Amino acid sequence: MASEGGEKPEVGSNQVAVKKGKGWVVPLLRVVAFLATLAATIVMAMNKETKTIVVAVIGSTPINATLTAKFQHTPAFVFFVIANAMASFHSLLMLVVECFGNKFDFKGLRLLLIPILDMMIVALVAAGEGGAVFMGELGRHGNSHARWNKICDKFESFCDHGAGAFIASFVGLILLMIINVISVLKLRNQLKTAANYSALP
Amino acid sequence: MHHTNMVKSKRVCTLLLRVLALCATIAAAIVMGTSHEKSSFFTIQFEAKYNHTPAFTYFLIVNVIGGVYSLLVLFFPAESLLWRFVVALDVVITMLLTSGVSAALAIAYVGKKGNSYAGWLPICGQVEGYCHQVGGALATGFAGVIIYMLILLYSLHSAIHPLHL
Repeated sequence: MASEGGEKPEVGSNQVAVKKGKGWVVPLLRVVAFLATLAATIVMAMNKETKTIVVAVIGSTPINATLTAKFQHTPAFVFFVIANAMASFHSLLMLVVECFGNKFDFKGLRLLLIPILDMMIVALVAAGEGGAVFMGELGRHGNSHARWNKICDKFESFCDHGAGAFIASFVGLILLMIINVISVLKLRNQLKTAANYSALP
Repeated sequence: MHHTNMVKSKRVCTLLLRVLALCATIAAAIVMGTSHEKSSFFTIQFEAKYNHTPAFTYFLIVNVIGGVYSLLVLFFPAESLLWRFVVALDVVITMLLTSGVSAALAIAYVGKKGNSYAGWLPICGQVEGYCHQVGGALATGFAGVIIYMLILLYSLHSAIHPLHL
């Protein structure tokens, strides 16, 4: 019987110790991840800036154009808002399940469902983050080869709010990844100790 | 007997998936890296290359990292302590790959359809071959992401049900 990486062979006290020790780390991380993704969603969803720019001067009357920068103009930002909204909803749902889920005890499927959903949400938030960050970079620096002008010099607060939303989403992404890895490792410990009681397959 | 057959087929499946992921990521990197087109449009010289855009460079780098990682993991047959580390690294690499595909897709969308609010004109009309090649690289990268998600599910399954009892 192989023993892996430093795990203690005693089962009884180890199981209780593991449960108590790691009992509050994951819910705390989930709360912070929920707050981070919620902040990213809200900041980006309310990101809007209107500016009146003098476009041309005819004679002595300047012609003004009112330009608005909204997050809906760019599909990458729309995806960013949707992905972060789903991630914050998922974090809230997982918090509720972990705190009050001891009543619903469908062991096999439930234990597997949490890491799988976590992985999917990590991939989703990573996709939203990647697309939006590079679109923001394009807006900030423009692209001289494609003749795309930068827009951040005119719409400064739009860009700054966007940058804040990206940072919040990045924090949420890192936390979600850590939560995922911890819950996979915890799952393995739980299943191992459960298997030690019953007959080996 | 049945148990060892199951173990063997699962092992073959994992290896096959990882080889497929290696092919997909390296192919995406190569197709993106060799995309280059020059054209002139009313005396304006248009040159399109992947490193004009940081998003495409990021896509290339991430796919190279994914390919190298797949290659390294193929040579880790020992199903021991390292396998837990491999699950964690799989999640990280999948995350990087999805963000790379998404970033390149966002920029390619602007290149193809433009963005009228920001005054950005689409460039695909002038450099069509480049657009098609980038589209192909994106499709291959997306296939790599899907294969990596399957690998994640397999890693999760093997982390939960260890085979070497």
